[in-house]
Amino acid sequence: MRPVSEVKGTMVPLPQADVDTDQIIPKQFLTRTERTGYGAFLFYDWATTSDGAPSSDFFTNDPNRAGAKVLIAGRNFGCGSSREHAVWAIQDWGFDAVIAPSFGDIFRNNSVNVGLLAVELPEPDVARLQDIAKDPNASIRIDLETQVVEAEDFVFEFDIDPGVRERLLAGLDPIGLTLQEDAAISEYESRRPAWMS
Amino acid sequence: MTARTLFEKIWDDHVVTGDDPALLYVDLHLVHEVTSPQAFAGLEQAGRKVRRPDLTLATVDHAIPTTSRSLGIRDPQSKKQVDALRQNTDKHGITFFGLDDPRQGIVHVVGPENGYTQPGMVIVCGDSHTSTHGAFGALAFGIGTSEVEHVLATQTLWQKRPKTMAVEFDGSLPQGVTAKDLILGMIAQLGVGGGVGHVIEYRGEAIRGLSMEERMTICNMSIEGGARAGMIAPDETTFEYLQGRPRAPKGGAWEAAVEHWSQLPTDPDAAFDTTHRIDAASLVPHVSWGINPGQTAPITSTVPDPDQFTDPIVKDSVVRALKYMDLRPGTPFVDITVDHVFLGSCTNGRIEDLRTAAQVVAGKRVAKGVNAVVVPGSMQVKAQAEKEGLADIFQSAGFSWREAGCSSCLAMNDDVIPAGERCASTSNRNFEGRQGRGARTHLLSPAMAAAAAVAGHLVDVRDWS
Repeated sequence: MRPVSEVKGTMVPLPQADVDTDQIIPKQFLTRTERTGYGAFLFYDWATTSDGAPSSDFFTNDPNRAGAKVLIAGRNFGCGSSREHAVWAIQDWGFDAVIAPSFGDIFRNNSVNVGLLAVELPEPDVARLQDIAKDPNASIRIDLETQVVEAEDFVFEFDIDPGVRERLLAGLDPIGLTLQEDAAISEYESRRPAWMS
Repeated sequence: MTARTLFEKIWDDHVVTGDDPALLYVDLHLVHEVTSPQAFAGLEQAGRKVRRPDLTLATVDHAIPTTSRSLGIRDPQSKKQVDALRQNTDKHGITFFGLDDPRQGIVHVVGPENGYTQPGMVIVCGDSHTSTHGAFGALAFGIGTSEVEHVLATQTLWQKRPKTMAVEFDGSLPQGVTAKDLILGMIAQLGVGGGVGHVIEYRGEAIRGLSMEERMTICNMSIEGGARAGMIAPDETTFEYLQGRPRAPKGGAWEAAVEHWSQLPTDPDAAFDTTHRIDAASLVPHVSWGINPGQTAPITSTVPDPDQFTDPIVKDSVVRALKYMDLRPGTPFVDITVDHVFLGSCTNGRIEDLRTAAQVVAGKRVAKGVNAVVVPGSMQVKAQAEKEGLADIFQSAGFSWREAGCSSCLAMNDDVIPAGERCASTSNRNFEGRQGRGARTHLLSPAMAAAAAVAGHLVDVRDWS
């Protein structure tokens, strides 16, 4: 996983609450066995008409929004299904970060595991960013080192779990790290009740 | 020793190292075809092995057809996915309940019915409805594919300690009101984000009176309330269900296990971060009207008016929901006609669900123009239902009787509800496009779904005769 320390670029506002992962990546794309190539299907049912043509009013089809780096989302973003395909699609489309008042728990964990920065800010701050993001040229900067978000004249500080921050900054492979705990895992296994093994 | 909750006892029992996050040991890892291929590929790429194939169980459920098994899988991508799981499980020595296995079924039905799911365990699966297994007094939660790979390689997971929430259901459930109504009623009150960051323990008289299958229905939908997991303390009902199942401990090991499991319930003085109380005795059957499971109301009421909501974000979501669902404010729910009825899923695809539904349809006919389908949660549920004559009841009434799988709950196979059509569904999600692009879902209990199939519209099953 590549390290993340700073995300800079333009934004896309998606203010609605409770956007579930079925919307982010609909089920018809989950039979693929690859980890890549989901960007073209991001928010597919919202991005296309029923005959598969692009919906002109959706951001994925708006040339002014191409290259945006930060999605400004609503509360409880990424709720529902555990499909990691949702974070793969967001990242594959080009986003490096999502800012929202809150996230679905599994979505948040999945984000950390692929190096997609999920930043939680209070609802009024996110509302402010939604407003600024209406301008497709407005830029934003997220600094994970100093834990600040800057857009226009606003500076918002954000909290993030120190362990998560460290992992993102270093781009660590969590499995490799855990395998270093092999002795502790083996010791734990030796203590498990007999009926469980 | 300080008083601890059920959750805290299981958590403490599973810490390998670390504090917050802690490295937790996983006792049971359930695997299915859709969220695992990339995990196995990652393992392969790094030259890693599966640490504990003996604590891993795989089956196929999400994208498989529910038509006769002899027809095979038509969709080439789904076939590739199922083949990949067979190869991966073969290679790593993991038990696999494949399409040709009489134990195949939805992963959250198969684990409990074969005795894999046990109290006090940490159970994970690349599926958000893993919360189902919490019904046994286990800590069970859904994970993403990267975490699936992590568990395959290490049998552990790094976890932040979630907060605890108690939901106390006072009184007992009235006649005609089911576990499904209880959990839909709770989510309607707390909202789809109400449980975020929390593990819920369901408690109270109404919960103690539930069977294991009803408890699974409750815990299954914990994730629809945003919770990390849901759990219910193990008791005699739990032990009675488990004893004698293939994977349950036997002989002296059974005695030792029961003794340990009996220590798990929350201590009387233990504290929760949050507590909610719900009067179960005053609950009525519920039905969803919107595009998330929180948009649910008593069947006796009417489609809400967006103007009754003050929060602009909530109001906006109601407007969007009514547009997608093609519903007008003020319409009585019982006047809503349905085109499809789906009986099944990890929420309500077990034998008791089918018994309840069969009782409602016995001697009756599915309404003209309604396409009604029963998809048993597992091949064992299917065989049992056939033995009890339930399959005959459904088929005589005009239901289609299928092979086990997730089917129309998420419509990854051919069981897709067409755009613009309305489905009364015993599943767990009414998200936009969940059952098919443009399809409109109403979540309800098996009894309510069965009654809707016969009547051709939503009904209050308490009025049913």
